[in-house]
Amino acid sequence: MTLAITAGLLVMGAVYLLLKREMLRIVLGFVLLGHAANLVIMAAGGASRRDAPFGAPDDLSTVADPLPQAFVLTAIVIAFAITILMLVLAVTGRDQDDDTTVESDVDEEGRS
Amino acid sequence: MTASMLPLFVAIPLAAAGALTILGRRPRVQAVAMLVVLASALAGAVALIVAFRDGGAWADAVGLWPFGIAIPFAADMFTALMLTFTLFVTIVCAGFAMASGRAASPFFSPLLLVMVAGVSGALLTADLFNMFVFIEVMLLPAYGLFVLAAPGSAPLRQIAGARLYVTVNLLTSTIFLTGVGFVYGTAGTVNLAELAGVAAEDDTVALAMAICIFALSIKAAAVPVHGWYVRAYPATSPAMTALFSALHAKVAIYAIYRLYAVVFDGEERFLWIGIAVVITGMVIGGLGALGENDSRTVLAFSTVSQIGYILLGVALFTGAGLAAGIFYLLHHIVAKTSLFLSVGAVEERYGTGTIGHVWGITKREPWIAAAFFVAALSLAGIPPFSGFVAKLSMIIAAIDAGQVLAVVVMLAVSLITLIAMLRIWNGVFWGRPPDQVLRTHEEKDLPVAGATPGDGTSVVLDTGTKPRIGVALAVPAVVLAMLTIALGLGAELLLGLSETAAAGLTDTSAYIEAVTNP
Repeated sequence: MTLAITAGLLVMGAVYLLLKREMLRIVLGFVLLGHAANLVIMAAGGASRRDAPFGAPDDLSTVADPLPQAFVLTAIVIAFAITILMLVLAVTGRDQDDDTTVESDVDEEGRS
Repeated sequence: MTASMLPLFVAIPLAAAGALTILGRRPRVQAVAMLVVLASALAGAVALIVAFRDGGAWADAVGLWPFGIAIPFAADMFTALMLTFTLFVTIVCAGFAMASGRAASPFFSPLLLVMVAGVSGALLTADLFNMFVFIEVMLLPAYGLFVLAAPGSAPLRQIAGARLYVTVNLLTSTIFLTGVGFVYGTAGTVNLAELAGVAAEDDTVALAMAICIFALSIKAAAVPVHGWYVRAYPATSPAMTALFSALHAKVAIYAIYRLYAVVFDGEERFLWIGIAVVITGMVIGGLGALGENDSRTVLAFSTVSQIGYILLGVALFTGAGLAAGIFYLLHHIVAKTSLFLSVGAVEERYGTGTIGHVWGITKREPWIAAAFFVAALSLAGIPPFSGFVAKLSMIIAAIDAGQVLAVVVMLAVSLITLIAMLRIWNGVFWGRPPDQVLRTHEEKDLPVAGATPGDGTSVVLDTGTKPRIGVALAVPAVVLAMLTIALGLGAELLLGLSETAAAGLTDTSAYIEAVTNP
């Protein structure tokens, strides 16, 4: 339940940030969203009914499922790479589409 | 070819990309190495088609792990056809990029090869999470290629387009990833063979898979989630617009076909959603194309409508419908890339592709004009080109399935597509009266919406007839236009192959058996 609520809160924050006009806030929104997706995958591994894989457990069905953890590791790396790229894009086109720019200004330059 | 060679489609381009990055700035060597790798992959893909001519499927449990632990690669006729067409189009677009001087960066070849590895991997994988990874491998180099331009000349439009492209794709990937998480939580596996038919029986798995298919629909630019496509794609260089439109959306469509066939087992309860989506898609895409003034945006909107036609195949989910859909998919890769490249050649040499700002191309560049004309008629579905065969077989399949509304919409939208293509033809390729030439002369200081690169206002003013588009820049569009004629006249061969591929989707047992016992 904790995981579900946390994921929900993260998505809430992410949606709020994604709806902002500034690129930096959008990037931060994606950071939150990526965490939410990762928590969903952790929860998918049955985190509520399994324990940490310490010691030498007798019953493998009660030990944490390693597959979702591998998924999450992969997803974190990918999200990290794209976050860096988006930050570069935010710097490259700065002043162009933050809150101070209105829609029509962007349209005159080309496509918003 | 043997099944154990399937991972080479991914491994060799990746290894070559790494080697070329180390090699650094040696344009000739890089270009030759890239083309050799792509050509050998193409040869391998053709060998796969030959191997699957009577149906069947291959799978390779990478690393020889037992079933259930291995992350398998699998191929059947559908995969082989997609690999062949995507690789061929990649070679053609790479040629165009080099001829237009957009491939000067030492990172062009490595990025392109990584993208090819991602595309091949996404087509070959039989594992849902691995599909996510390969889609990312396919997209990350695309982000780089999107903004790759001649040094110091990236226009603002390109950066704005890149931002849109990256954010939408990351959002979509995150939705897909969440969907994969839900599938794992509900079904306990992400292996396609183990998931076979599960969504048809278990509604929670169906819901989880629906999230994945929704994400793929965004990537495929299906209506109503197409808005980003028509804004982002035309913002990059013409060669990359053509390449991304040929690869990325088509991989997503392939994944929708594959997942619905395997995981949903063609479940009939949900097909009405697909029918509704594709019919609105055809209409909205077709009408949207009429409202745009930039040639490439018109083409992108018409892609949205064509994607409706392609997805109708999976929405019907009959043998004939799937075969028609697969044929349509392959035809569209060829015809639309040819259109993007012929319009792109004009844009590269005349500075703009905006309708009404260039004229007289027909006289100066007869080859490019002919290529555009052929591909445009093919797209509209005029015989004897491949588009006619694709549309006819799709209409027959829809009539057989009793979808009269879809047939009516298909015919009406064909006319709209023809009108949209004629607008580009009249506004870019055909001549214009001299008084209008003078008018545009005066207007040339005004900003031109949608004009690419450089000053964005360049308009052809000299009335000479000397061609500006060289042979190297014209050949890609012409080759693909000739291919669409060949596919129209000799449709029998590709239709037969599409039917074999469709048979592999209506009866997935061979694919599942191959993955289970590689």
